[in-house]
Amino acid sequence: MALYSEKVMDHFRNPRNVGIIEDADGVGEVGNAKCGDIMKMYLKIDDGVISDVKFETFGCGSAIASSSMATELIKGKPVEDAMELTNKAVAEALDGLPAYKMHCSVLAEEAIRSAIDDYNSKINQGKAPEK
Amino acid sequence: MIYADNAATTKMSDAAVNTMINAMRETFGNPSSLYTVGQRAKEVIEKAREDIASVIGADPGEIYFTSGGSESDNQAIISAARLGMKKGKKHIVSSAFEHHAVLNTLNKLEKEGFEVTLLDVHENGIIDPAEVEAAIREDTCLVTVMYANNEIGTIQPIGEIGEVCRKKGVVFHTDAVQAVGHIPINVKDENIDMMSASAHKFRGPKGIGFLYVKKGVRLLSLIEGGEQERGKRAGTENVPAIAAMAEALKESAAAISNVLPVISARRDRLIEGLGEIPHSILNGDPVRRLPGNVNFCFEAIEGESLLLLLDDKGIQASSGSACASGSLDPSHVLMALGRVHDVAHGSLRLSIDENITDSDVEFIIDSVRQTVEYLRSFSPIWRDLVSGEKEFIL
Repeated sequence: MALYSEKVMDHFRNPRNVGIIEDADGVGEVGNAKCGDIMKMYLKIDDGVISDVKFETFGCGSAIASSSMATELIKGKPVEDAMELTNKAVAEALDGLPAYKMHCSVLAEEAIRSAIDDYNSKINQGKAPEK
Repeated sequence: MIYADNAATTKMSDAAVNTMINAMRETFGNPSSLYTVGQRAKEVIEKAREDIASVIGADPGEIYFTSGGSESDNQAIISAARLGMKKGKKHIVSSAFEHHAVLNTLNKLEKEGFEVTLLDVHENGIIDPAEVEAAIREDTCLVTVMYANNEIGTIQPIGEIGEVCRKKGVVFHTDAVQAVGHIPINVKDENIDMMSASAHKFRGPKGIGFLYVKKGVRLLSLIEGGEQERGKRAGTENVPAIAAMAEALKESAAAISNVLPVISARRDRLIEGLGEIPHSILNGDPVRRLPGNVNFCFEAIEGESLLLLLDDKGIQASSGSACASGSLDPSHVLMALGRVHDVAHGSLRLSIDENITDSDVEFIIDSVRQTVEYLRSFSPIWRDLVSGEKEFIL
């Protein structure tokens, strides 16, 4: 049996939504280099909908694949729906992850939450117009 | 396919495969049986013992067959510890970057009341014999230092360490799993009391190895049962694997003088080419290392991703990253050299043999360079380093 599912390998080899958004409405970074995984998510939000999302990841194959899949799952979705995204949903969409790699999907969930929190705090501070 | 992970395991040589099949077909008898088929099997293993002994400069009676490197390490260390304890000696000297077969055995002994001193391996991955001497105490029963490191390939001054131990009257064991069959070794000249080896690292079969124990050094058995291996290792001998191991070792040892300069030159070209990748560093001494070992850290990338993408290009290698090993911490070897976590996660080990050609070497260099650049292109750490937000470590 291969280490990863075909889906994981596909998202690892051809990650979707890689890059940064210069004028992002929300940015979130989680993880640390000590553990070997860092994910950074950039969100563009229009009318409460995630119109664009990009990521940068330092990490293993499943960390890159989890980031890619998570961005696909929230792109075009309302912010409230994105807040509900669970690590389990990310892992299931990838046709599963090895048990010791599940933390990669947790990191993806946390990265998206962190970016949305950043967006919300900007609105609350009046730094970003509510769209 | 470019197989560059010979430190993990090697492909069996044709001669070793043929020897093994032949032994399975022809000498199926139990070496402990007194009738002809049994005695023929006995002859096969005794011939193998002679061949192996002659390669390392030992006497046949000093070779004990085991299931491999881990068992040999376990038996050597536990035996020396138990015998030492009887004389009230409960201190062992070793190094911080030993294989887990050694380190975990030492851990177990520590829980039983032994005290272990782990020597510094310095930034170049070489142990200082003077530090070995300084670490030896009145109650030291064993010094165990690996011959060549499995990750970074550094070759220790074994002869000098052996001399120190001989002078101090302390038993000296070396885990030579990575060295046997790859570089010339003479247990007598190098003052080695016990030495572990594993056949699958020198193109022999898996699940077989040996322990050299100098005449006069006592050895206790770990496995109770029959009187095989002069009562030091119970269990019916794995005759085909023993025969194939001897065949593989004879072949490897005979080839050393021809292949060593060729492999070393390709290793040096790999070190040169990979060293040109910005913010990279060679792990371990550039000269005092195994002929086929290259080990690098690349800043701001993670090793498992690198391995998977190299595999897609047909290059099979290894990494000391946490993710590649399935543990949470990166390689204890790289940490012992003083590498920080951030850098240790981005490591790559190539262990080449004579089948890797000059053009393979260039292909490996280009592939690693491209893959490191690609992974850095979307690494948030790399972005912070380039923008000046963080400082480069390498």
